[in-house]
Amino acid sequence: MANKLPLVTIKGKKDGLILLLNDRCSYEELISELKEKLSGQGSYFHEGPLISVKVEVGNRYLTKEDREEIQDIIRSEKQLFVAEIVSNVLSKDEAEELRKQEQLTTLRQIIRSGQEVMIEGDILLIGDVNPGGKIMATGNVYVLGALRGIAHAGFKGREDKVIVASVMKPSQLMIADVISRSPDIINDGNRVMEYAFVDQQTKQISVERLQTLFRRSLESAERL
Amino acid sequence: MGEAIVITSGKGGVGKTTTTANIGTALALQNKKVCLVDTDIGLRNLDVIMGLENRIIYDIVDVAEGRCKLSQTLIKDKRFECLKLVPAAQSKDKTSITPEQMKDIVDELKRDFDYVLIDCPAGIEQGFKNAVAGADQSIVVTTPENSAVRDADRIIGLLEKEESVASPKLIINRIRNHMMKSGGMLEIDEILDVLAIDLLGVVVDDEEVISASNKGEPIALNPSSRASIGYRNIARRILGESVPLMSLDENKGFFSRMKKLLGMR
Ligand SMILES: Nc1ncnc2c1ncn2[C@@H]1O[C@H](COP(=O)(O)OP(=O)(O)O)[C@@H](O)[C@H]1O
Ligand SMILES: [Mg+2]
Repeated sequence: MANKLPLVTIKGKKDGLILLLNDRCSYEELISELKEKLSGQGSYFHEGPLISVKVEVGNRYLTKEDREEIQDIIRSEKQLFVAEIVSNVLSKDEAEELRKQEQLTTLRQIIRSGQEVMIEGDILLIGDVNPGGKIMATGNVYVLGALRGIAHAGFKGREDKVIVASVMKPSQLMIADVISRSPDIINDGNRVMEYAFVDQQTKQISVERLQTLFRRSLESAERL
Repeated sequence: MGEAIVITSGKGGVGKTTTTANIGTALALQNKKVCLVDTDIGLRNLDVIMGLENRIIYDIVDVAEGRCKLSQTLIKDKRFECLKLVPAAQSKDKTSITPEQMKDIVDELKRDFDYVLIDCPAGIEQGFKNAVAGADQSIVVTTPENSAVRDADRIIGLLEKEESVASPKLIINRIRNHMMKSGGMLEIDEILDVLAIDLLGVVVDDEEVISASNKGEPIALNPSSRASIGYRNIARRILGESVPLMSLDENKGFFSRMKKLLGMR
């Protein structure tokens, strides 16, 4: 079968390679052809700078182990690294998790001293967080009220999440693993509507006027 | 059927017992039938402030353990026929009575009295649960200190979870004279801003409160003391009158504050 369609297609782009993997054949066939193709290129990839590889697997579901295996195979070629592996297919659990992370939960209450609220996804609190109270979300934290207690955004590790408050007077802020205590971030105290974010240059939490938040989202969109 | 009001604070020493004694006295002055219940078992002192410690024979734990009837523990006030006290036990601890027993006692008292005022111990443990068990209303006492406000906030959070208790009302105790006159109102506003509950009243810091308590004669009996006016106004608000906060302050202070607001100095 000499003119069988290839299971692995390599395309060159100006910022790296795209590997298109067939999604109808068996996984084993695919893996063996992938190995063959890459080693078959011989010394082709061995010189020059690191090349980023985007892997597109189409409508094939990959387990975590599958992804690791594919990454390992590609990485075994010294000059290649995997930027991302894109699949059109999500498991039910992953879809559910994604939905949770994307959803916005609205709460109307005062989080008082000794109380803690933990939310998957973004949280919109209509009310205050008092000293000794704590609000946490895996996504963004929006407080339509005074933030006087502790807020933790991106609580499972997302540094790109922000904390927004009508009145920003927190005792402590956390985004992912970055901590900031209030004296570090309090401005004149008279401004309203501010947001806190992780400054990627200094790796510290900064506070800015909320009006500038859109600029940040533009910047991060450009980076993608 | 009367109404049971628990007086709490979280933090100790902010004036729960003093408040209970004085609101009770002020309500009795208005001819209401009032029963004070001391739930601070092991650290009773409501009886001392009321000057009634020598009259105690049975206490609330005796009722819970079936040694006497509730009516046998009721101590009559020296001054008012309509004012009674159920004392706490001094030698036991908070676990010698259960929330269910407390509720039964309070329910029984509500049949005979217009107001049952429950003096709560400090803390958020069993003593607090006991004190809250039979209450319909709640009052949170704080002083203008961060730590007291923080604890009040904690207690308010717990009270808001109690379905049978109406949302708590606030008393700010021991406001100092100069605070009321110079920007002191701001301080009250700040406290209200954080706690976000209705203000039932403010009581000034007044040496006479302490000397009156030492004599076993609640300050509310003395019509000229400023603290007494604060307690009497609170009692009137509990009875449903709308008494403005300003009437607590001296006119002089009020006018100078108005002038400040209007930019005249
Ligand atoms: N308004 C006030 N002015 C001056 N002293 C006060 C006032 N209120 C309470 N006190 C004093 O504070 C102390 C603690 O009050 P108490 O009522 O026993 O507090 P708690 O019951 O909350 O522990 C007492 O010595 C009392 O006389
Ligand atoms: Mg007390």
